[in-house]
Amino acid sequence: MYNFELVKPKTIDEAVAALADEEAQALSGGQTLLPTMKQRLAAPDRLVSLANIAELQGVSATGGVVTIGAAATHATVAEKAASAYPALAALAGHIGDPAVRNRGTIGGSVANNDPSACYPAAVLGSGATIVTNAREIAADDFFEGMFSTALDEGEIITAVKFPVPEAANYRKFIQPASRFALVGVFVARFADGVRVAVTGASNDGVFRWSEAEKALSGDFSAAALEGLSVASDDMISDIHGTAEYRAHLVKVLTARAVKAAG
Amino acid sequence: MPKDGGIGARSKRREDVRFLTGRGKYTDDIQLPGQTYACFARSQVANGRIAGIDTTAAEKMPGVLAVFTGEDFKDVGGNPAGWLINSRDGTPMKEPKRPVLAHGKVRHVGDAYAAVVAETYEQARDAVDAIEAEIEELPAVIDMASALANSDNLVHDEIGTNQCFDWGWIEDNREATDAAIKSAPHVTTLHLVNNRLVPNAMEPRSSTGSYDPGTGEYELRTTSQNPHLTRLLISAFVLGIPENKLTVIAPDVGGGFGSKIYHYGEEALVLAAAKRLGRPVRWTATRTEAFLTDAHGRDHVTKIELATEKDGKFIAIRTETMANVGAYLSNFSTATPTFLHGTLMAGVYSVPNVYVNVKAVFTNTAPVDAYRGAGRPEATYSIERVVDKCARELGIDPIELRRKNFIKPDMYPYTTPVALQYDSGNYDALVDKMEERGDLAGFEARAAESKSRGKLRGLGISTYIEACGIAPSNLVGQLGSRVGLYDAATVRVNATGNLSVMVGAHSHGQGHETVFPQIVADMLGIDESMIEIVHGDTSKIPFGMGTYGSRSLAVCGSAVVKATEKVITKAKLIAAHMLEAPGEEVEFEDGIFSIKGTNKTVPWGDVALKAYIPHDFPLENLEPGLEETAFYDPANFTYPSGAYACEVEVDPDTGEVDVLSFVAADDFGNVMNPMIVEGQVQGGLAQGIGQAMLENTTYDENGQLLSASYMDYTMPRADDFPMFTVDHSSVTPCTHNPLGVKGCGEAGAIGSPAAVVNAVIDAIQRGGKSDLTHIDMPLTPARVWAAMNA
Repeated sequence: MYNFELVKPKTIDEAVAALADEEAQALSGGQTLLPTMKQRLAAPDRLVSLANIAELQGVSATGGVVTIGAAATHATVAEKAASAYPALAALAGHIGDPAVRNRGTIGGSVANNDPSACYPAAVLGSGATIVTNAREIAADDFFEGMFSTALDEGEIITAVKFPVPEAANYRKFIQPASRFALVGVFVARFADGVRVAVTGASNDGVFRWSEAEKALSGDFSAAALEGLSVASDDMISDIHGTAEYRAHLVKVLTARAVKAAG
Repeated sequence: MPKDGGIGARSKRREDVRFLTGRGKYTDDIQLPGQTYACFARSQVANGRIAGIDTTAAEKMPGVLAVFTGEDFKDVGGNPAGWLINSRDGTPMKEPKRPVLAHGKVRHVGDAYAAVVAETYEQARDAVDAIEAEIEELPAVIDMASALANSDNLVHDEIGTNQCFDWGWIEDNREATDAAIKSAPHVTTLHLVNNRLVPNAMEPRSSTGSYDPGTGEYELRTTSQNPHLTRLLISAFVLGIPENKLTVIAPDVGGGFGSKIYHYGEEALVLAAAKRLGRPVRWTATRTEAFLTDAHGRDHVTKIELATEKDGKFIAIRTETMANVGAYLSNFSTATPTFLHGTLMAGVYSVPNVYVNVKAVFTNTAPVDAYRGAGRPEATYSIERVVDKCARELGIDPIELRRKNFIKPDMYPYTTPVALQYDSGNYDALVDKMEERGDLAGFEARAAESKSRGKLRGLGISTYIEACGIAPSNLVGQLGSRVGLYDAATVRVNATGNLSVMVGAHSHGQGHETVFPQIVADMLGIDESMIEIVHGDTSKIPFGMGTYGSRSLAVCGSAVVKATEKVITKAKLIAAHMLEAPGEEVEFEDGIFSIKGTNKTVPWGDVALKAYIPHDFPLENLEPGLEETAFYDPANFTYPSGAYACEVEVDPDTGEVDVLSFVAADDFGNVMNPMIVEGQVQGGLAQGIGQAMLENTTYDENGQLLSASYMDYTMPRADDFPMFTVDHSSVTPCTHNPLGVKGCGEAGAIGSPAAVVNAVIDAIQRGGKSDLTHIDMPLTPARVWAAMNA
């Protein structure tokens, strides 16, 4: 790790100002950034910590929407969202290990958009809204491919707003070494239809399986998925699983998520 | 009730007090005055010609004290192979030089070609980044079959081949074995890969060299399983520092599993740099360096054939193996696939013909050497997989087939066709114990229950035998070993009656500090707490060969017994003098010396004190002091054996395998501390099941290690395993060492992989896919699913 300056703003405005410097980098839980810096693969001159900004904290639920502050840790979400949005809380409660869950944040995870991270599946699968210091972005417009999002330079996620579905479930099949999602599927049933979001599988990062959404919107049962398949063309193939295996898992996990959502 | 002290007691590990409270003192914890830091420049390519290394910029960096390249070491010796193997045609193996720093070529990713020493580690690392190396990348030699076939692309140009040796064991068996297989009623053939493993000791390697210009003495503090061996290698082969001017200290060491047996170039570098700078030089591996440069384990590709009669009686076993030795010969890399592997290829079976062929192959990968089990897991896996496949082909129950072919208790000593003489064992008793502890009779009911949940349950069996207590020097000398493999102990009785016992074995997790005192205490009839073990410092301990190959108790423990016997003999003479009786009339029991037929006694403590206050000793007959040394060279290997059963559940939708139960019934001979034995077996099982299920060392075709971090290399975690059932109540004592012990450190890693794979194959065949006979390890969900859907 190279030397860097650490600043700890107290407000979003201070953070935005601190991030104006081209060599500055926002630091949330640091679960990706710090290992990358230790490997000397990233060398920001200045880290702007988002940990001390009160506006970024907290979990609240009103009017069928759960709003999570961007700096809320996975452990916080697992605890505080448990009654309002159990499927989301369960997902948060199974990210990494306790150390990761007590440092990593939802804002950091979503902004990083790791193709194997769990949160993007919940955000896209719920049709959530990403709130930033500048605007609100629909999940469908936010994720732009592996490690790529609609965020502008210096733009900070302040919260994520989740509409609470009638039923939802997340199924994760772990990559055995990292225990990230080899494939993860988030299924959410709303009054106006079903959303299915898949993480871990695609070279383009999290995506919606629209055929399954259509079939499940008509018949929310595992049987509705029979005959459907996901193309393996754009799937990740690595030492942990081939593209074909990942495509197969998408279907298996979707069916399991539907069953578990009930 | 077990005893609460001495041999057989479940004495708590005294070393755990410091280990579990963060008070262990490891190499990297020790700060020496004026200490500096080394960092290595390592190759990013697997195979490359070094066209030039420009260190000018690095030398000018802040804090930099010295920069070294291969040029600085081109005139010192290479790090040698400890075992000479001759090929079938009688020619000696190829031994290319293994330099301290790469010179001329780099040969694997991570191969060090330069080093910087600086005031701080960060400065050294910054300067490494400033070294300008011009390295012309060459095509990498990775796949062993291609390496043997292609003589244009060589790891070591000067030897003209990628083959290190082509070994036959026993060559005289070849014709008869070939003929037996040709005419056999049934032959089962299996092609398998024994996957490469990264040792992953919790503590990465670390070395600190220091030099005293006033005395010309060097000290090396290092992560070693055998400090005397490391000193010998550095002194006699690499740097030429006289042994009497070099002290090697291996303080607390956080796991080795074989990877810290060997001498590595970093140790030589820190010593040479300390001499040049006159200041201590520290290097500690990063985890990435550990992945790239610790000697890896296993990596065999094998074809095995088992010939049988129609009724399943074994006729012959023949194997052809390619063994990867990596880019350089690590110290025991040539012994591991040969004399620790080929000699075990009869297993626990009475089989008249056995022939083994091993070709060792250089590749542009990290060196491969002994790793927990070392050759014996490879032999066991091959045998126990082919026996299982044979049982399925013949329609015979796998346990019945094994029982039918076991060496029986009345056949010992039993000489195998591959030249080992087993001294004792009872394999049917082990299988009986396994069946009982694992409730194998209830398996079918459990399988039916699994089926009702859509899961496939399978049962896998494995037996094993290992040759431990390495080793009889006269035998291994005949077989090509360049070192003797005895061990040594000095028992020093202090004046107040407590003892310091200096041992050649090195404890890096095994629990020697607890067990050796149990033995001495038992022999002397005193409390364990009166005995302290000293190990790991060549200036304090006698010349022993260290810890590996499940040898500490069988070999060094025997030396402790012998030295303690000598102490008792001497103490009896002192007691005789004190009690004014002839020495032969002195008896010693429970810490009390007495004279037969009298009430004259003197306790241990008084005799100890007298030894050092010899005011009235008849000095012509009785020396002062009470301290004895013994060197013990075993008469034979020891032969632990066991029967293992594993139950798994396979999810047919995903290929996911859940290991539901594991039973290990072992015969370790006499057990000194059952609690420590249980821990050793559990650790071995974790590594063996880890190999079978999880650990996935993968190089791509360019020689890049794709699994070079814990993000991609699957280390076993506790939640990957069921509660293990460990039983060592079935005992046939070793017949040739004083404690009747066989060794337990490697058993779990040796016996378990085949049991796991056999269980998964059983589950899949029960699920209806009876043509699936093999899946290579590790049995990841992706591999199992692919095999089930092929």
